Amino acid sequence: MRLSAAVGLGTVFLATFAMAQGGKDQRRSGYQDMSPALQKMQDDDTANPAMLYVQVGETLWKQKAGASNKACADCHDSGSMKGVAARYPAIPPGGDKPVDLEGRINLCRTGQQKAAPFEAESEELLDLAAYLARQSRGMPIAPTDDPRLTSFRAHGEQLFKERQGQLNLSCANCHDDNAGKKLGGAIIPQAHPTGYPIYRLEWQALGSLERRLRNCLIGLRAEPFDYGSPDYVDLELYLMDRAKGMTMDAPAVRP
Amino acid sequence: MANVLINAPKTVRKGETIELKALILHPMETGFRPGVDGRLIPRNIIEHFTATWNGVEIFRLKMSPAMAANPYVSFFAVAKESGTIRFQWTGDRNFLAEGSVMVTVT
Repeated sequence: MRLSAAVGLGTVFLATFAMAQGGKDQRRSGYQDMSPALQKMQDDDTANPAMLYVQVGETLWKQKAGASNKACADCHDSGSMKGVAARYPAIPPGGDKPVDLEGRINLCRTGQQKAAPFEAESEELLDLAAYLARQSRGMPIAPTDDPRLTSFRAHGEQLFKERQGQLNLSCANCHDDNAGKKLGGAIIPQAHPTGYPIYRLEWQALGSLERRLRNCLIGLRAEPFDYGSPDYVDLELYLMDRAKGMTMDAPAVRP
Repeated sequence: MANVLINAPKTVRKGETIELKALILHPMETGFRPGVDGRLIPRNIIEHFTATWNGVEIFRLKMSPAMAANPYVSFFAVAKESGTIRFQWTGDRNFLAEGSVMVTVT
């Protein structure tokens, strides 16, 4: 009886999952818009350059640091980080503002390890983020339903839909209204953050969602927010909510 | 620490042609790019890549500043005997990285 209930639930889950991926759902991840060659590159863990950073991240995870001489692995059991990257940004315990995954790593670093925080977009921070994100690969994006996030998410949505820069365009002008069409030679993606941090071939390096957002802002000829600005976290909150239920494919390769 | 990813089949039949793939973390700095202070960032590239099968060289490659960061090399070899395939990368600033993989030929 219990088994059949479990099987039934599994079927329901699979059905909703399938609906979220195809069927009526018109959302497409950047992965689906890539060439088959790049998809193969991402899927092969010995060809995906982001895996080089994951390897470093694993070493850093086990390395003791800071005045308290603790490693991440001393507090967190292996495997306990599964799904974390799929639900951030979130409000950390005892905090009142949301932080993204990188921000959370730095909170642990200053609070628990008593070490200096990593610089924004530094290699160590990206290595650790990639190591964590890898553990959520294949899981659906599941933002937390913390009611305190509502106002931040609404601000993110407002930023997404607000025209800015010398080109006077909003994110939504491209990624909602014209997604799937071409901009230059490239397909305009729907901007679902399923694979961050990504190894972007154009960068020849790993980069965060924040870096990607800065990239777009510069493209609009708008002045990008500073690194670590809460505006990015709000935008990330909105984007993750928009991509709710889509499958994580981090750390991804993108052209 | 050298950070490399190697892809090779674990077991192959004798006489079979196999593909060997190797990826390494390296900036491949060209030496032509100015840094934030306006001065050229010194060149830092991998110059040579070699692969040996049980000590016998099977592949050699000379790299140039025009190659992208984190170079990926893929090549083919005919499996003759079981043993170790060693990969070696050498370059500027005494860069030396090594990786190896065991292949059983049946």
